[in-house]
Amino acid sequence: MTFLATIGAFFLAFFAQSGRLAVFVGQTLAAMLRPPIYFRIIGQQIIRIGYFSLPVVALTSFFTGGALAIQIYYGGNQFNSEAIVSSIVALGITRELGPVLGGLMVAGRVSAAIAAEIGTMRVTEQIDALTTLSTNPHKYLVAPRVIAATICMPVLALVADIIGIFGGFVVGTQSFGFNAAIYVQRTINFLGVDDVTSGLIKAAVFGFIIAMMGCYNGYYSKGGAQGVGRATTNAVVSASILILAANYLMTSLLFSA
Amino acid sequence: MTAKIALTNVHKSFGPKDVLRGVNLEVETGQSLVVIGGSGSGKSVMLKSILGLLTPDSGSIKIDSRETVGLARRGRADIDHQIGMLFQNGALFDSLPVWKNVAFRAIQNDGMNEADARDLAVDALKRVELGAELLDLSPAALSGGMHKRVGLARAIASKPEIIFFDEPTTGLDPIMTDVINHLIRNCVQELGATTVTITHDMTSVRAIADKTALLYKGEIIWQGTTDELEGSDDPFLNQFINGLAHGPIEVEGQKLDSAPSPAEAV
Repeated sequence: MTFLATIGAFFLAFFAQSGRLAVFVGQTLAAMLRPPIYFRIIGQQIIRIGYFSLPVVALTSFFTGGALAIQIYYGGNQFNSEAIVSSIVALGITRELGPVLGGLMVAGRVSAAIAAEIGTMRVTEQIDALTTLSTNPHKYLVAPRVIAATICMPVLALVADIIGIFGGFVVGTQSFGFNAAIYVQRTINFLGVDDVTSGLIKAAVFGFIIAMMGCYNGYYSKGGAQGVGRATTNAVVSASILILAANYLMTSLLFSA
Repeated sequence: MTAKIALTNVHKSFGPKDVLRGVNLEVETGQSLVVIGGSGSGKSVMLKSILGLLTPDSGSIKIDSRETVGLARRGRADIDHQIGMLFQNGALFDSLPVWKNVAFRAIQNDGMNEADARDLAVDALKRVELGAELLDLSPAALSGGMHKRVGLARAIASKPEIIFFDEPTTGLDPIMTDVINHLIRNCVQELGATTVTITHDMTSVRAIADKTALLYKGEIIWQGTTDELEGSDDPFLNQFINGLAHGPIEVEGQKLDSAPSPAEAV
């Protein structure tokens, strides 16, 4: 009986949480579409989410591009196909690794920061204060962060694409002796517009997920400093899992046609 | 006289815990009501219910004879506009300097330009006896007493008709407590506002209350004027205002009149 009650309690909690998240997303979408829209706060968040994430994303993608080039070179070596390094690096980075790794890095940095900030505002009654000052917290706090992250992530993914391909280029030309002009030409010839745009579409969705998880977990945090810490952890974990799940779904949709 | 704020049979539960169990209370226009009660008696839940931050399970809360229970946030925008609130720890926005905190409502809702908003903040800070040198400071740079006074300045900046104070003197030294009590009294008299204060600080009660209500286990069990408070023979009230460990009030499930007295314990 205790076992059944535990299972029942788990599912009740799961459905309650899912319902609350769905309502939260609905309220946020409504807040994003209805005025007032706080353009100044959106601008500030673009700087915080986008600009300050550039070094993290750039470094990650550079080393990933380099590592990918090494793996493909030695993998291809077994079939005398070393020449495919440039094209596979370009495809791998633009379609998958640029948006996904960029998304995971930004989830770690931004989702945690948003959850900590909004969580602290919750436990110190600043969100209640916003409401009593006739300001909708969804419009003032949540919508600007979600809009900013959704705008920034495709730009960050594009930067990750360029730097990741450059990382592969550096390793390919310096370590394996590829001709630089031929490497670039093969990359250009092989890479299609769809490869890049599919990655950018994914990145926009990841940006939405990252900000939404940060805001949601922060907004409903409770129990003082410990509660804020829990919200921060939950934000990063849930954003990371949802990014990987959404990536699988979108890859299926975008490339199965 | 029509009540400015009227609560009728307000109930609120969290799971199995009944926090408000039929609160009935009226505050007349211009009156200063202080609600006293021990920790966990339901004071904050009652205040948040009036503010619309919590929705009661049943009962009625009227402000200016208008029912607010069940009213959507947008539907109560004009009610919110006439309300000011001082939170227990100030609840100042960390990301904004003092002047933007004080003039927040005017900037965000009335579209006031920055120059006028700074003037408004200077005026509100002057009312709480703070100088313009604080305008550009971050809330993190303020002491506890200043935090409360800036919070008070924000609460009164829009000249609201109703002001709520949540434990305005908690955590302050006796001198700062007296300063805050006088500021509250002066600001309220200048504005002619109706106020509801929740506290368990009897110094504040005597300094700012026209009427006092004792909330115990989610019900108002006594209410009267400050003079009646001192002369009352209600055992619950006497125990509370005199800070006695023994009496009919139960603390966290323990009934203290059945607990051994300090003499018996020795």
